[in-house]
Amino acid sequence: MMTVGLFVPCYVDQFYPKAAIATLELLEKLGVKVNFPERQTCCGQPMANSGFAHLTQACDELFTENFADFDYIICPSGSCALHLKDHLHSSKYPEKAKQIQAKIYELVEFLVDILKVQDLKARFPHKVGLHQSCHGLRGLKLAQMSELVAPAFSKPLQLLHMVEALEMVTLSRKDECCGFGGTFCVTEEAVSVKMGKDRVADHIANGATYITGVDLSCLMHMEGILKRQGSGVQVIHIAEILNAS
Amino acid sequence: MKDHSELSAIFNADEQRVNWHDETLWWIRQKRDKAVNTLPEWELLRENASQIKQHTLSNLSAYLEQFEAKALANGVKVHWAANAAEHNEIVLSILKGNGINRMVKSKSMLTEECHLNTFLENNGIEVIDSDLGERIVQLAKEPPSHIVLPCIHKKKEEIGELFHEHLDTPAGEADPQVLTEAARQDLRNVFLTRRAALTGVNFAVAETGEIMICTNEGNADMGAHLADIHLASMGIEKIIPQRRHLGIFLRLLARSATGQPITTYSSHFRTPRLGQQMHIILVDNGRSQQLGRDHFRNALKCIRCGACMNTCPVYRKSGGHSYQYTISGPIGSILAPNLDMKKHADLPFASTLCGSCTNVCPVKIDIHNQLYQWRQELVGAGYVDAKKKWAMKAMSFLFAHPSLFAWVGKVGRRLMMIGPYLFNNKLNPWYHQREMPRAAKQSFREWYKQRAKNNG
Repeated sequence: MMTVGLFVPCYVDQFYPKAAIATLELLEKLGVKVNFPERQTCCGQPMANSGFAHLTQACDELFTENFADFDYIICPSGSCALHLKDHLHSSKYPEKAKQIQAKIYELVEFLVDILKVQDLKARFPHKVGLHQSCHGLRGLKLAQMSELVAPAFSKPLQLLHMVEALEMVTLSRKDECCGFGGTFCVTEEAVSVKMGKDRVADHIANGATYITGVDLSCLMHMEGILKRQGSGVQVIHIAEILNAS
Repeated sequence: MKDHSELSAIFNADEQRVNWHDETLWWIRQKRDKAVNTLPEWELLRENASQIKQHTLSNLSAYLEQFEAKALANGVKVHWAANAAEHNEIVLSILKGNGINRMVKSKSMLTEECHLNTFLENNGIEVIDSDLGERIVQLAKEPPSHIVLPCIHKKKEEIGELFHEHLDTPAGEADPQVLTEAARQDLRNVFLTRRAALTGVNFAVAETGEIMICTNEGNADMGAHLADIHLASMGIEKIIPQRRHLGIFLRLLARSATGQPITTYSSHFRTPRLGQQMHIILVDNGRSQQLGRDHFRNALKCIRCGACMNTCPVYRKSGGHSYQYTISGPIGSILAPNLDMKKHADLPFASTLCGSCTNVCPVKIDIHNQLYQWRQELVGAGYVDAKKKWAMKAMSFLFAHPSLFAWVGKVGRRLMMIGPYLFNNKLNPWYHQREMPRAAKQSFREWYKQRAKNNG
């Protein structure tokens, strides 16, 4: 039987435990035995994307020690998974770090490509807009990108279509960035917020009552804007929908 | 000096205008999508173009020498400029040597990069830009805000006011057709009276020594055909090996830029007319240095289509002038630090790394990866805010110590619950226009531990 390690991004652990719980429960429902190494912290992306990749060494070593022994590492975040895939580096265990890069999967990717999930016992009777987080989309290629001349596909939609009573809304800009961007959200506050407001407005104009996606960082940013606007529209991680009954 | 973030905040003070700017450029992105989707071989064209440029950059000196030899044989005078100052001096000396003090110039981002207009004006030479957008920003005494659409930041009413002041159009006239006709009549007289015309170069063909210029207005042709002296300024990266390669680049260029199948005028210039002088100035100005930077070399593949700007949500919502460099948007942000890291240290951070720029790029420059890499270079060279540096050091320490992380998380969440004003204040840029996320009573790791305990 395959061994699976769950990597819960630092801010999800602290602010959105429900998404991590849903990830764990969903995987267990699908017959996967999941381990959660308790000494895990962060993927190192906040430092690296700010130009401080040289400060991620200790973080990288810790990650490698925590996760080297699993067959698969699953993370309910496209952005963190992509960062590890692209940049994880260990001086102590260079080979192990390299292997991790090939074994790390964003949750949706794992469900579709490895577990090959065909049906889900999930029900979510709401109108939902899908936010295509950029790193999952353009980095992990979870769906076809609007810029390319290539056949359409979408792993998140493939799964969401299995959910009973769920209605997807169509957006006018289907894969535009929400403006979160890591430290960008505070260092370029004006543009970040404007981008978020425009994304949120697209979902609302098309009738969504929930905005979902594979990355809570984007959803957290849009949630902050929705709440400030006093909107009743909520954000929800895709794992919570796929695990809903 | 204000940085990109501060200038963007000013731009965003007028939200309606930001919406208008964003929608105008998004409309061009949509035109581009429509045009590229008519070609099933689009992705193959991009790959071919990228590889031709790769090959050319790897053999740049040989192709430049081949080009020079052919151009000389064609009767063209060839000049080499190591930097902007040399380029400007060459232009001035050609003009002075021919007793010329007025020149017409078509679109050339290179001359913007070299600040040629200011230099010539300071030396008593009048320059009139003949591209309509360039003419508008010239009258407004502003730099272009976009490489293909220089005055995209201006509304037609504002252009009407400028033309009323400078070209005697009626006050309040804002009909684009009327304004364009006024500019046309004005420029016609300029074309007929200027003895020297400077043009840019879109492609230079090594095997024939010819240059190719793409415009929608025919203004480069008007200038070059009517003047006694044609000067063409080109960056050394404009070279392509063979004429047949234009069959790839021309199909990519206009579709990427504006969604047109091809530019209205795609003109080849090879030999001077009888009695005409033709000068080509080959300019380095930092390009060799960029060629020597491993991570950033392939930024020299750029064919200046502007697609990365039109698709970039940060560009659309911050405006071209917030970048404070001749070439704005994503491509400008990876080119500018090559010339001056300190001055342009803000630009690689003016991005969410969403990657849309890389996907639309017709020559497949990995723009977002280079933005990431420039951040590392800039921090490594010390061009970083001290506060940010300490915050990052603290963060990396925290993430290297799991028990401390769990404890700080717990205390932090408790603080957010009992003292929200500690976070919800104006010192917190997140809170300025967004609510803070709600702190969970129990972190996932706490829940997980408890579950294990409950399950015995």
